[in-house]
Amino acid sequence: MRVGVFICHCGSNIAGTIDVAKVAAEMRKVPGVAFATNYMYTCSEPGQDEIKEAIKREKLNRIVVAACSPRMHELTFRRTIEKAGLNRYFLEMANIREHISWIGLDKEANTNKAIESVKMAVAKAMNNKPLYSQSFKVNKRVLVIGGGVAGMQAALDCADGGLEVILVEKSPSVGGMMARLDKTFPTIDCSICILGPKMVDVAQHDKIKLYAYSEVDDIKGYVGNYQIKIKKKATYVDWVKCTGCGACMEKCPAKNSYDHFNFGVAPTRAINIPFPQAIPKKAKIDPNYCRQFVKGKCGVCAKICPTGAINYEMQDEIITEDVGAIIVASGYGLVDMDKFPEYGAGRYPDVITGIQYERLLNASGPTEGHILRPSDKTEPKTVVFVSCAGSRDKSCGIPYCSNFCCMYIAKQAILTKDHIPDSQSYVFYMDIRSPGKGYDEFTRRAQEDYGAKYVRGRVSRIYPKGKKMVVVGADTLLGTQVEVEADLVVLATAVTAAPGAPQLAEKLHISYDTFGFYVEGHPKLRPVETNTAGVYLAGCAQGPKDIPASVGQGSAAASKVQALFSKDMLESDPAVAKVNENTCVGCLKCIMTCPFGAVKEKELRGGRIVANVIETVCAGCGVCTATCPCGAIQLSHFTDNQLLAEVNTICQK
Amino acid sequence: MSEIAPKELRIVGFLCNWCSYGGADTAGVSRFRQPTDLRIIRVPCSGRVDPLFIVKALLNGADGVLVSGCHPRDCHYTDGNFYARRRLEMLKQLLPYLGIDEKRFHYTWISASEGQRWQKTVTDFTNQIHKLGPLHSTTEAHSGS
Ligand SMILES: Cc1cc2nc3c(=O)[nH]c(=O)nc-3n(C[C@H](O)[C@H](O)[C@H](O)COP(=O)(O)OP(=O)(O)OC[C@H]3O[C@@H](n4cnc5c(N)ncnc54)[C@H](O)[C@@H]3O)c2cc1C
Ligand code: SF4
Ligand code: SF4
Repeated sequence: MRVGVFICHCGSNIAGTIDVAKVAAEMRKVPGVAFATNYMYTCSEPGQDEIKEAIKREKLNRIVVAACSPRMHELTFRRTIEKAGLNRYFLEMANIREHISWIGLDKEANTNKAIESVKMAVAKAMNNKPLYSQSFKVNKRVLVIGGGVAGMQAALDCADGGLEVILVEKSPSVGGMMARLDKTFPTIDCSICILGPKMVDVAQHDKIKLYAYSEVDDIKGYVGNYQIKIKKKATYVDWVKCTGCGACMEKCPAKNSYDHFNFGVAPTRAINIPFPQAIPKKAKIDPNYCRQFVKGKCGVCAKICPTGAINYEMQDEIITEDVGAIIVASGYGLVDMDKFPEYGAGRYPDVITGIQYERLLNASGPTEGHILRPSDKTEPKTVVFVSCAGSRDKSCGIPYCSNFCCMYIAKQAILTKDHIPDSQSYVFYMDIRSPGKGYDEFTRRAQEDYGAKYVRGRVSRIYPKGKKMVVVGADTLLGTQVEVEADLVVLATAVTAAPGAPQLAEKLHISYDTFGFYVEGHPKLRPVETNTAGVYLAGCAQGPKDIPASVGQGSAAASKVQALFSKDMLESDPAVAKVNENTCVGCLKCIMTCPFGAVKEKELRGGRIVANVIETVCAGCGVCTATCPCGAIQLSHFTDNQLLAEVNTICQK
Repeated sequence: MSEIAPKELRIVGFLCNWCSYGGADTAGVSRFRQPTDLRIIRVPCSGRVDPLFIVKALLNGADGVLVSGCHPRDCHYTDGNFYARRRLEMLKQLLPYLGIDEKRFHYTWISASEGQRWQKTVTDFTNQIHKLGPLHSTTEAHSGS
């Protein structure tokens, strides 16, 4: 065995707190190590060349790179040694940056820890065996979860590139939050006018199959070959027959149904089409309000419907689709008003949220674009905007910035003045965050051209006084208390993860952070990938972001899928379990524990039963290996011998 | 090393690649200071950790062993960590019979984004092991509870 050890300085990132020369010197004393050196940047081209040259010159057959996390560069160095003729699994990495040099300043202790960590990697590498991938066919269909602007962009880009797309949207129409907006910053162009055509394209594209009012029920498989179960929720309206005429909606007697699309700023009917531009433009019954369901009698819509589309007996339906990649664009939610007792916790009708205000501004909204107070349907003359309602507020459990509220408040202040010229807007803010192109100019326009008064400070309390709402806050610039008597108060409520985001992540086997936002592969370099091969992210599902950024990620995720699908065959990961038929006693415990059903029974010629792993199904978790009483089923690259070699390096009595 | 700094003890960590190893990386990227005693072994899944590894480590020189995986239900391999939990919990009950204080072994769930939580886990566990002292120089009494 001739092991080569390469220790990276990573500039001063590693060399600053680890004596790398000493680590190299110590490694030269380790039995089996034929060569050890330290280098400024091992991942650089000359750094990689040095590895390749040393492999040839020193006849090395196992390589250890001590550098950053293998999660960062394992693939890089695997390719490097492969180019020099070694099997890529002859590489081991020791993580001496994230796990050592960056977390302690004591150079002596760090150096000592690094020496041991590299020794562990050497011990493991000496036990590494060559592994070879198999290639398998990739199913070039893509599933997009969520039909907001990010998901639609991803779906359209994939479909335009010739891929078949399955688009699953939870709500009855595609469009997401953007479909609810009136105008969009910083150009003030009409939201639905730019989104509507995309929605129609989605509906009409012959490569896109849209499942609206549907959810992903179950996901099986792996990159290239996923089996998806989709639950089509019962709408109680046969969408093949429904023409979207809306006759049912006019006659439905359940007039006080909660309007999810309008965020409850006005009621709707139990049977409804969410908004005029809805795609698909089909009606659906809300059984929580429908009298046929609640009281057991009504049937008005069934009588009215000219096509006989109503079906109160409809059941949820499960559909199966096979795809090769998944884009998750399930968007965001907004924090509930009941989180804010100091602002009335949603009890005051004239204290509303930003998204509700969008609906009041919107010509297709419940007030047809006239700004009217919910309480008495009068025009407000004084409107107060409260930024960071929940955002950047640790007591609310939301330490992060919601990203786009500062901008939409400026937009709404401008629009308020446009709608009601004799109105006055006040904005209570913590900081004005407007770093995008043309954004800062936009927030200035709100103040300079539209006269919005910006007050820097938090609002401590809102209470009713006659017909007015009194907003009490501090002006931290002047150091004074401010009170504004407002007709309408708009809270910029914090962005949260979409409802059900963690559950969806668990189905996809992707990570989510403390707040429920999905974790990207790398915060800078892999913004739309996840750590699960074949699953990509777009839009606010990954974190709060505005429309341009969401669209950008939608396109980025689509291009990642195109790249993945540019090959007909994918290489399987050969780090899978293997059974030693001589030692297997056929107890079949491994079959019972494998989470993927990858182990099957096999009858040998003599009739003896042993376990057998289906390589393409095995995901490489190693649960079976820890289960087997005989050590007969071993997960390649993480065998008992390999892991114990590491343990034994640390633990020598 | 300053004179008062206590001598390092041997702590072995088995971390799953997808969550906890990533969490330890995140702690590193965020420069969260941690004690230096821990040596990390990367495994694909906490379900790969054979309780025998832990026993071997403790019998052969380790003063403490830490296992960390993905949060229950968030396992990269669906439910590998449920198997881990069952096995590791059983091991915890067994350790006293081997004459090993069960406080020398800890398992936990930490996601790739929880760098701070990782820092706290390592610090607390290291402190706990230092409180217990070295396992192998002193003969620990059978501390069966
Ligand atoms: C009041 C307000 C005003 C705004 N104004 C502007 C503006 O002027 N300009 C601007 O750039 N941005 C603005 N924004 C931000 C904008 O709304 C977002 O950037 C954008 O909507 C993000 O798109 P998305 O596709 O990521 O998410 P979403 O719009 O939330 O879409 C996600 C979609 O996924 C669906 N979904 C969720 N979970 C599932 C699931 N499990 N399965 C299937 N489908 C699911 C949802 O039903 C939804 O249709 C504003 C936001 C608010 C709150
Ligand atoms: S658990 Fe081990 S011995 Fe039992 S069937 Fe599986 S491989 Fe064979
Ligand atoms: S490693 Fe074993 S338990 Fe895990 S997927 Fe493969 S066969 Fe199944």
